[in-house]
Amino acid sequence: MTAAAAPALKAQRRSLYPSWFYAPAAVIYAVLFLAPTFASLYFSLTRWSLSSAVFIGFENFAQFFREPFLIQGLVNTVVYAAISSGLKVVLGMLLALMLTSQIMGRGYLRSVIFFPVLVSTVGVGMTFTVLMHPTNGMINEALSLIGIKGPGWLVDPKLALFSVALVDVWKGVGLATVIYIAGLVAIPKDYYEAARIDGATPLQNFFYVTLPLSRPATATVITLSFIGGLRTFDLIWAMTKGGPGFASDTVASVIYKQYQAGFYGLSTAGNVVLFILIAVLVVPLTMFLNRKQGFE
Amino acid sequence: MKQRTSIIGGFAAIAATFVVFVIPFLFIILMAFKDRQQSALRDFSWPNGFHLFDNIFEVVKTRNWMMITAFINSTLITVVSVTLLIVFAAMVGFVLARRKTRFNGLIEFLILAGLMIPPAVVPTIWLLQGLKLFGTLHGMILIEVAYNLPFSIILYRAFIATIPRELDEAAVIDGARPLDVFFRIVLPLLWPVTVTNIVVQSVGIFNDFTNPLYYLPGNGNATVQLTLYNFQSQFSTAYNLLFTNILLITIPPLIVFLFFNRQIVAGMTAGAVKG
Repeated sequence: MTAAAAPALKAQRRSLYPSWFYAPAAVIYAVLFLAPTFASLYFSLTRWSLSSAVFIGFENFAQFFREPFLIQGLVNTVVYAAISSGLKVVLGMLLALMLTSQIMGRGYLRSVIFFPVLVSTVGVGMTFTVLMHPTNGMINEALSLIGIKGPGWLVDPKLALFSVALVDVWKGVGLATVIYIAGLVAIPKDYYEAARIDGATPLQNFFYVTLPLSRPATATVITLSFIGGLRTFDLIWAMTKGGPGFASDTVASVIYKQYQAGFYGLSTAGNVVLFILIAVLVVPLTMFLNRKQGFE
Repeated sequence: MKQRTSIIGGFAAIAATFVVFVIPFLFIILMAFKDRQQSALRDFSWPNGFHLFDNIFEVVKTRNWMMITAFINSTLITVVSVTLLIVFAAMVGFVLARRKTRFNGLIEFLILAGLMIPPAVVPTIWLLQGLKLFGTLHGMILIEVAYNLPFSIILYRAFIATIPRELDEAAVIDGARPLDVFFRIVLPLLWPVTVTNIVVQSVGIFNDFTNPLYYLPGNGNATVQLTLYNFQSQFSTAYNLLFTNILLITIPPLIVFLFFNRQIVAGMTAGAVKG
């Protein structure tokens, strides 16, 4: 290639992959996502009525860590995300192991486990609110048939958040399962062959071959469901509206309630708190999950 | 022996998943067939009579045919925003995968930020009001595009990286203009990942409840997810109508699931396997 041809080729490359291809996406994303995100940093420090904003420093944040019901919302958010993502990892892995084995009716099983992922969250929430009714609900009626007195799933303050998290797992475990299936079928058969020659038991097979080698899938499931859990609003709103009392309030439902009440500054501070919460919890978590393992 | 255990295990798994996953849907269907009186019992029983069509008619005409408006609005929002998403995300994915510059790192950071950061709700409302887009379908469509771009871009970039770059250059040598290279040569090759994008994003946007709740208030602007609240009141809920409504809005995702099962799974598991 001659020296004169190089810049010409470079110019042609550039017009083949023009920078303005970024423009439409960049404008929409910058105006409707980035700008409000940056603006939230300022408005969270104000008492705000949309038409006028009075700077009040960190008062909104102080309130967030002073009011018991707001603190509870913060704790609930983390508990909810931990329960739902933890259960999705365990159940998703077990279901994926089952569905990658020679089990009967695999197509049916895969379909019924996955379908709830595609159904309206609010619809699912309302259905389970009816099913979980303490006296009239089908779940407790079924339990009473076998002599168990079912708990007040959504009306018991100690249980409400957990019940909503269970429904979240019901709806989302199908996604965890298909992610794990993709991870499991990607593990080369040679490893199992080698383990078999070394006389590994099925349990050893699982803990020393399957589990370490499906780590990328685990990382994806945990990250996706943990972020999703921290941000959950629609399911909680459809089922308990944060109740009874504030027992199942999360930061996302607090944001909505404060917005409805007209406390825009406080609501925006909630957004910033949620953002910080996600950053503080998820960034170290993904770094831990994606770190290179030593055994290779 | 092994065969027998797998048959027993299979039966157990089928029975367990039937109870956990199928019965709630059967419950929805049975409730949709009942009249108001029987549905108030909220039990798992056979309907006393066939009331499905009455219920559907009732649901559709409630609050001045709100359901029709809602279906039109949801369909419009879904179709237009998915179309924009596909074109804009493919353009970004194409250049991002092909051209390495010092901005690539920043762009990838912004994509990850978009997947993680919860949207700042009230500042967005304030901004939409300033742009005269608050409570309009246009505004709602642009919001859906903005929020879902990162995921679509990731899908496209990964796929474009598998298409050889020589193809672009061969097209240029054959006389294609730069824009033709993308729109007439690369874009058609992206069809499989485009289908995945269409399916995954349209289900997500059709089922979106939170964003229309915030950015699209007003009865004339109802979307299908919001119609679910028509039959709930503090004192009495018309359960037959509520569950008929749930049944109606479950049909579009069901159709998508029946026809595009594989693409949905492919899209949702993208990126899970590579480590």
